[in-house]
Amino acid sequence: MFSRLLLIPLLPLLGAAYLMLAGQRHTRSVVQTIAILAVFASCVISLDAFFVGLPAVVHEGGISELVYTWFAAGSVEVDLALRMDSLSGLMCLVVTSIGTLIHFYSIGYMAHDEDYARFFAYMNLFCGAMLLLVLGDTLPVLFIGWEGVGLSSYLLIGFWYKEHANASAGRKAFITNRIGDFGFLIGMFLLFRATGSLDIPVILGAAQDGSALSAPLWLGQSVAFWAGVFLFLGAAGKSAQIPLYVWLPDAMAGPTPVSALIHAATMVTAGVYLVARMSAVYLLAPAALAIVALVGALTALFAALIGFAQNDFKRVLAYSTVSQLGFMFAGVGTANFAGGIFHLFTHAFFKAGLFLCAGSVMHAMSGLGDITKMGGLGKRLPWTTRVFQICWLSICGVPIFSGFFSKDALLGGAFGTEAYGHGLAWVGPLVGVILLVAALGTAFYMSRLYFLVFSGPCRADEQTQHHIHESPVSMVFPLVVLAAGALFAGFAGVPPALRELFGKHGESTLAVWLEPAVGAPLAVAHRTEWIVMGISTALALVGIGFGYFFYGGGYRAPAHAFARKLPRLVALVRDKFRVDEIYDAILVRPLQALCRITFLVVDRVLVDKILVGIWAFVADVGGRACRFIQAGDVQRYLAVFAIGLAALVWVAARPAAPKEIQVVVTGRHAKVTLVDDEARSGNLQYRFDFDGDGVPDREGKTASASWIYGGPARYTVAITIEDARWHTRRVVERDVEVRP
Amino acid sequence: MPGYLYILVSLALFFIGMTGVLLRRNALFVLMSVELQLGAGSLALLAFARGLGDQKGHVVAFFVMALAAAEAAVGLAIVVSVYRARKKIDLDGVNQLRN
Repeated sequence: MFSRLLLIPLLPLLGAAYLMLAGQRHTRSVVQTIAILAVFASCVISLDAFFVGLPAVVHEGGISELVYTWFAAGSVEVDLALRMDSLSGLMCLVVTSIGTLIHFYSIGYMAHDEDYARFFAYMNLFCGAMLLLVLGDTLPVLFIGWEGVGLSSYLLIGFWYKEHANASAGRKAFITNRIGDFGFLIGMFLLFRATGSLDIPVILGAAQDGSALSAPLWLGQSVAFWAGVFLFLGAAGKSAQIPLYVWLPDAMAGPTPVSALIHAATMVTAGVYLVARMSAVYLLAPAALAIVALVGALTALFAALIGFAQNDFKRVLAYSTVSQLGFMFAGVGTANFAGGIFHLFTHAFFKAGLFLCAGSVMHAMSGLGDITKMGGLGKRLPWTTRVFQICWLSICGVPIFSGFFSKDALLGGAFGTEAYGHGLAWVGPLVGVILLVAALGTAFYMSRLYFLVFSGPCRADEQTQHHIHESPVSMVFPLVVLAAGALFAGFAGVPPALRELFGKHGESTLAVWLEPAVGAPLAVAHRTEWIVMGISTALALVGIGFGYFFYGGGYRAPAHAFARKLPRLVALVRDKFRVDEIYDAILVRPLQALCRITFLVVDRVLVDKILVGIWAFVADVGGRACRFIQAGDVQRYLAVFAIGLAALVWVAARPAAPKEIQVVVTGRHAKVTLVDDEARSGNLQYRFDFDGDGVPDREGKTASASWIYGGPARYTVAITIEDARWHTRRVVERDVEVRP
Repeated sequence: MPGYLYILVSLALFFIGMTGVLLRRNALFVLMSVELQLGAGSLALLAFARGLGDQKGHVVAFFVMALAAAEAAVGLAIVVSVYRARKKIDLDGVNQLRN
């Protein structure tokens, strides 16, 4: 069935399929044209579907299209159904527009790579899967997209698979995500068990209705709580939250456009999208919401702290992404779904911009990413620097820039939320305070990054310095567009308190749009709003100030002094609090040991020795026995053939022999029944001679007959059985005694 | 002459032929025994055909004759080539395809 919405994910998927099959045959210009057109076309279709159908998309619960029923088994019916409502529509726009820009950027960035077609094939695959994820209207379809983006993420992290470290980074991402996917599946099953459906609208309807999902399930908690927790485990895997965040920094092994598109702007936000999509389920379980919020806030703070001491450009940005995703989860976890999605929206622009700037800088620095060896790039890379400045101020939360509005929406929501019951009322303010500290940290480490890379004298060696140049237009153009996004995207979500200054009332455009999909925006008191805005602006400026104090124009005296005073703390932070080592000790090594043991016991001994050995022995003996018959002597073959044939003839044509003869005598009435094998019975003719005079008294095809004797005596019944096909005949006799 | 005698003769011929095929060592005798078996089959066909008044048996007997001629030609050709390769026509050693 034709479906316009289906075209949105289908076009990039077709592009991916074509490029994988035939990409090697085409020149680079053909490859890039196909890839970009595929994504751009789905961008245009998304724009058309979203804005032309705006009233339907925003206010009437979205456009929903049933492509076909995928499978139905008993009461389960899984449809390939797609829905574009304001939430998925917004995600579609972000994915396709930023996807198109980053495809464009990749032309310049990947220009010298051998596997040009493979790269673009994977990028298209990613876009298709991500669009399927956001458009899917049933959980299985969403899950296919979820796994599809995981797959393409794995493929792209390990894109330069010849380096062992890159390949193992890909595996780490995949395996970590698998732990999360397990949670996703459990959550899905719980929802299915409670509601009997996998369709998202049905589940959300059941959640609004309440009763099915509020039933207690385990430990006194409701189905909604456990489903929420397990879905959040999936979200934490995909969106790199504690404890599953460890894969994302390593994922920077992939090409930079990949980091920008998949590991900053789109795929990693899928978890936030999932929680927002399931908002009605979460609203039933404040405790699950609290877990989401607390995990998000702690991740935001923890990752920001790690960001303080990282020296690799992309790693700083990776931890920054983890931290910002934590902000988003803190947002959706405080039931501020519109705020979380708003931050997702602005973050997509400024983080993609930051990553593409990183790519541009590394392009200029001959592939180096070590910020201790940079500095003074401000004058050499004018465009990149301007864009970085905008994105930097945006992520720090300086007013006017988009990050300011979205971060403010999260902070205000955390302090103003009323989603929790009385027992959990402390969660909101606590989350708010943690987020404020994390925001201060964000401003500091991003300023450190900015000053170390762009200000002061250059610390690179002569040869690298000589090569520094601004990137080609194909790379600068997407940067500029993203910078514009980072600058203006925030105006879609200006809080009501600020809108009043400009004579407008009510909620922001974005909040109004999102209302049918994720519920009414949080009403935050204007006073709270103003206080939060003041504090967060002050913290942003303080953070930037600290950054300048330590790193303005390169490493300054305070930075050195701090590192000298607390060397162990600095080392601990630089080693990312050694979480990877802890995981290695408590999870990876025991698991590897277990694998080795099972390998030795099960594989080597059980399978190789015992199972394989036994059957090898049987086959060997059987083979020897058969070889004896197969002597190659024609006459012996013929003898065996003749014996076999004789046996067959005997089986088919041997005279019928009844297994049993049953005689029932009641008074003078005798009944004789022959029991023979049923396969032959239809062809047999029976003759019964009851009185022994040699003349058949009864005959026919039935194997039984009756006779009434004249008086008590001992009689002999002779039964003749004839086989009409073979003209065989057998006579059996049986004595019958008729008692007086 | 009653019909069943033909069948008895045919059976006797067939088993004599079979004994020859299974036991003779010389390939020529084996071929001749095969001819004997074919003759036995033809005789049975003819006897039944006459007994049942059905002409199809006669037709098949003619086919068997033609087939026997062809078989003898191919068989003798094989025997000749076996002889060329081995300088004798004993079937005992002709087992290169075993195992």
